Amino acid sequence: MLRATLKSLLARKLRLVLSGLAVVLGVMFVSGAFVTTDTLGRTFDNLFAEGYATTDVAVTAKPKVSVTEVEGEQFETPLPASVVSTVAKTDGVKEAIGVVATDGARVIGSDGKVVTSFGPPRIGANWTGLDAIMRMREGRGPTADTEIAVNAEVAKAAGIKVGDKVAVLTQLPKQTFTLVGIWGYTDDRDSLGGVQEVAFTTPVAQRSMLGQTGVFTQVTVRVADGQTPEAVRDRIATELGGAYDVKTGTQLAEESSASFKEALSFFNNILLGFAGVALFVGVFLILNTFSIIVAQRTKELALMRALGASRRQVINSVLTEAVAIGLIAAVLGLAAGIGVGALLVYLFGTMSGGLEPASVGVPVAAVLSALIVGVVVTVVAAVLPAIRASRIAPVAAMQDVATPDRPLTKVTVAGALVGAAGAALLGVGLYGAGSLTLILAGVLVTFVGVALLTPLISKPVVALLGRLFSWSVPGRLGRLNSGRNPRRTAITAAALMVGIALVTGVTVVMDSAKSSLAAQAEDTIKAQIVVSGEQTGPRPPSFDEGVLTRARQLTGVRTVAGVWNDQAVIDGERTYVNATDDLAKLADAYGTPGLTTLRGDQMAVSSEVLQERGWTVGSVHEVQLPRGELHRYSIAATYDEDRMPGSYLLPAAATKEFGITQPIFGYVRLDDGVSVGQVLPEVKRLVADSPEVNATDRSAFIEQQSGDFDTVITMVQVLLGLAILIAVLGVVNTLALSVLERTRELGLLRAVGLGRAQTMRMVTVESVVISVFGALLGVVVGAGLGTAVVRALDGEGITDLVLPWDRMGLYLGLAALVGVLAAVLPSIRAARLNVLAAIAHE
Amino acid sequence: MSATPVAARADEVWKVYGSAEARVVALRGVSAGFASGKFTAIMGPSGSGKSTLMHCLAGLDTVTRGTVHIGGTEVTGLGDKALTRLRRDRVGFIFQQFNLLPTLTAAENIRLPMDIAGRKPDPGWWDTVIETVGLKDRLGHRPSQLSGGQQQRVACARALVSRPDVIFADEPTGNLDSKSGAEILSFLRASVREHGQTIVMVTHDPVAASYTDRVVFLADGEIVAELDEPTPETVLEAMKSGEVLV
Ligand SMILES: Nc1ncnc2c1ncn2[C@@H]1O[C@H](COP(=O)(O)OP(=O)(O)OP(=O)(O)O)[C@@H](O)[C@H]1O
Ligand SMILES: [Mg+2]
Repeated sequence: MLRATLKSLLARKLRLVLSGLAVVLGVMFVSGAFVTTDTLGRTFDNLFAEGYATTDVAVTAKPKVSVTEVEGEQFETPLPASVVSTVAKTDGVKEAIGVVATDGARVIGSDGKVVTSFGPPRIGANWTGLDAIMRMREGRGPTADTEIAVNAEVAKAAGIKVGDKVAVLTQLPKQTFTLVGIWGYTDDRDSLGGVQEVAFTTPVAQRSMLGQTGVFTQVTVRVADGQTPEAVRDRIATELGGAYDVKTGTQLAEESSASFKEALSFFNNILLGFAGVALFVGVFLILNTFSIIVAQRTKELALMRALGASRRQVINSVLTEAVAIGLIAAVLGLAAGIGVGALLVYLFGTMSGGLEPASVGVPVAAVLSALIVGVVVTVVAAVLPAIRASRIAPVAAMQDVATPDRPLTKVTVAGALVGAAGAALLGVGLYGAGSLTLILAGVLVTFVGVALLTPLISKPVVALLGRLFSWSVPGRLGRLNSGRNPRRTAITAAALMVGIALVTGVTVVMDSAKSSLAAQAEDTIKAQIVVSGEQTGPRPPSFDEGVLTRARQLTGVRTVAGVWNDQAVIDGERTYVNATDDLAKLADAYGTPGLTTLRGDQMAVSSEVLQERGWTVGSVHEVQLPRGELHRYSIAATYDEDRMPGSYLLPAAATKEFGITQPIFGYVRLDDGVSVGQVLPEVKRLVADSPEVNATDRSAFIEQQSGDFDTVITMVQVLLGLAILIAVLGVVNTLALSVLERTRELGLLRAVGLGRAQTMRMVTVESVVISVFGALLGVVVGAGLGTAVVRALDGEGITDLVLPWDRMGLYLGLAALVGVLAAVLPSIRAARLNVLAAIAHE
Repeated sequence: MSATPVAARADEVWKVYGSAEARVVALRGVSAGFASGKFTAIMGPSGSGKSTLMHCLAGLDTVTRGTVHIGGTEVTGLGDKALTRLRRDRVGFIFQQFNLLPTLTAAENIRLPMDIAGRKPDPGWWDTVIETVGLKDRLGHRPSQLSGGQQQRVACARALVSRPDVIFADEPTGNLDSKSGAEILSFLRASVREHGQTIVMVTHDPVAASYTDRVVFLADGEIVAELDEPTPETVLEAMKSGEVLV
């Protein structure tokens, strides 16, 4: 039996290659994700191990608000200079250096633009001399307050050289320095992992990066000979008490790396999610292939049965084939995944500038997941066809072919039930439990339900779609062909549906959210001009507070309000907070009546938060900001969350204790009758010194704010591209089969005068009809799912339902194009058919 | 050489399949003319090259050596495009089975070559053909709803309706019982007698051959005998002597 199975396996190479390819792609995605995360993880291990190699022990102040890599940017709480001398005096310490080093030094390049960073921080530091891995390339360290040195990464990116005047943005307004030195690192590297670094003299670093003199971010300790870092660490810790973290360099390297890995695992999960979708689609393709193979082998299987093979043996024969394909595909997919992983790591390295990836490794998880996913998915998809194969009666061997089209009643009933179950899950997920798992399960089950209903739907819809092409003979023949095998057409189209439905669903939700937010902003923001930045690195861009003061003096300006943003711990819970220099002005800029200037010990909280946390106006709460002591703020006012920015608004005094002490938004409301065009250029001039920020009119600001939604849509489109690609393979597969099965018909058509071009057109129409049908299903199902989600999010501020007709039309158009592409090879094959051979074909 | 024009002609046609050991010479210098407005049968033992000759004449297959003409056109040496057009506009086919597209109705199958060409059938002629083959009330049916004999009648109608220069039929009645076969053969003869259609038919059956005007006997890739105005008896006679010849 095994021998027979393997033989027939080899005989149907093409189809197996196509369905195997679906598994290969899915497995590739899965193992690629594991390989990437593993390699990047080790890259970070190496990076931090080296970064902390020269640190025996480090002392930092315990962060007031602790934030992990996934949650945002940690602001390091400064420690006073006295700590440095205490540490220096501790037994076993050879040297204690007060270090200032924190993200947020943005160099303005020779082109006048801020040097950007995609990921690695832009460190502003105090110059403490060269350490063991730093190498001076040119010049020297800064000795005067007007001097800086930079690492070669900065020098290259900014296009600056020793002797140049270089402007730097920090927590202070733009300052200009003379570049006196450029350093690199061992092995001729420009940076460690793409990190940009600017070194100032210590007082300038303290003022610019920490906002006050006499403080440091860290004390770096070298231990005396014969001392272990651990022993010295413990001694320093006892000396300093509980307000400080004292750790060895090794510990720090591990912790930093772990925190980055956490961020990576998030990325890994996203990739795996999309791999899951791709594999889900792959199941359709494999199912279809096996059904077809079984149908084609009816005679052979019946003969086996007639010769005494049991049902179980028939099932096993089909499943053995599935296991073989699954294994081969898994191995190929793993190999491809390693390639993809290497590519992703390389891209990551290049994009982040100078990150040197560790050698690509293959973690056990990648191998295991590849094998399990490959085999399980294939076998699961083959179960139904296998069972069907076992039901073939031995007499079928003697009868002449053409098993009549089985009635669709059973499938349809099953589809209706499964679809209803999916909708129920979705409903509970959206409205009841609010659980993402339930929602996803609901979506997948709904897909299965719709897929089961597809054969029934396909009849009228395909007939209707086909009408579009019926004006020519090849078109009509193609249309008729696409309706000939409703099940096969249906599964092929359903596979395409999944990807398109997800893309459409996400587009509906994102566009609705975008439009709701825009409408809301349009509604609430009364300010005609907004000062805001474009994100050029991990920290949000900010600007000098003086801009606000100066804007207030412009003629035609009614009010100006600034907004600061950071994370804080309020009554033990970490949350994003905003602060404003004057709540009354901000309220005016937003057109929200009834809010007055806050006292230094007051805050305003949105009514939503009050309700959620059970607070009332007048109640007092503990607020810990990244700097300074614990404050107690009383709630002075409340507002509707849609009417003001953010859930918490803190008083002006609080901004001094934010990590970034500069405002990130400025709202300018004009006097009645003053046109934007009059004032906007003047405001633009005020921020000319901050290339990261810009003044725009309101509509441009709203547009800019909603740009993120478009980014999400694009990302989802790209990631689901794989699922759609697999579905396209399915279309190719189905067409290749149609051509094969209809060899005789094709021969006849050619004999009675159908030209090659016409033959190709006939196959192409069949392909386009199937693809467009799938896309149509996808767009409809996706719009339905999207609508359900949007309706459920009504309470969360997504009030508009936007059906993106243009994009939906685009997806349909693309599907038609995909149909044409999928038909290329099968149609060439059809056109090349030797007429005589086709006629003689049995 | 008579004065009647020739609808299809083979001159010194050789057809060789394969090479070296697998080499089969299917036709060895066959020369034959098929007169316009005549019904000609090609007979011969199995493997004698009947189908091969017909395929070469119809432009379905290429010849190894020699030339083939349809009307005034030399078929040998035409490209795929021109051959397709030739088959579409000037040649009709009736095969032994699987003549029809299962997705099209009888009427659509009949119209197919004309539809492909973008031509409209002449309504008078259409009616005549449908009348002749007796399919008036079956036009809307699909092939699966027709009997084998009816299917062959549809195929005949398809070949006739575009009035080709010549119709090639390879054992058109091979799969039918004698009554249905006789009906088909009668239509074919009628279309030749009454409408001047040219038909070349391959057959094994002396009775079928007796419907024709002339029989050409092939053996081993060569023409070994011809017979005008055949009757079943004379055909059988010729076949017997033909066997002796081989
Ligand atoms: N494609 C081919 N390749 C090789 N040999 C072929 C091919 N087609 C036909 N032949 C050979 O050519 C010879 C003539 O074949 P042909 O089909 O013309 O015979 P036929 O007279 O039509 O026979 P039948 O009455 O059985 O249909 C045979 O010996 C056959 O084996
Ligand atoms: Mg033959």
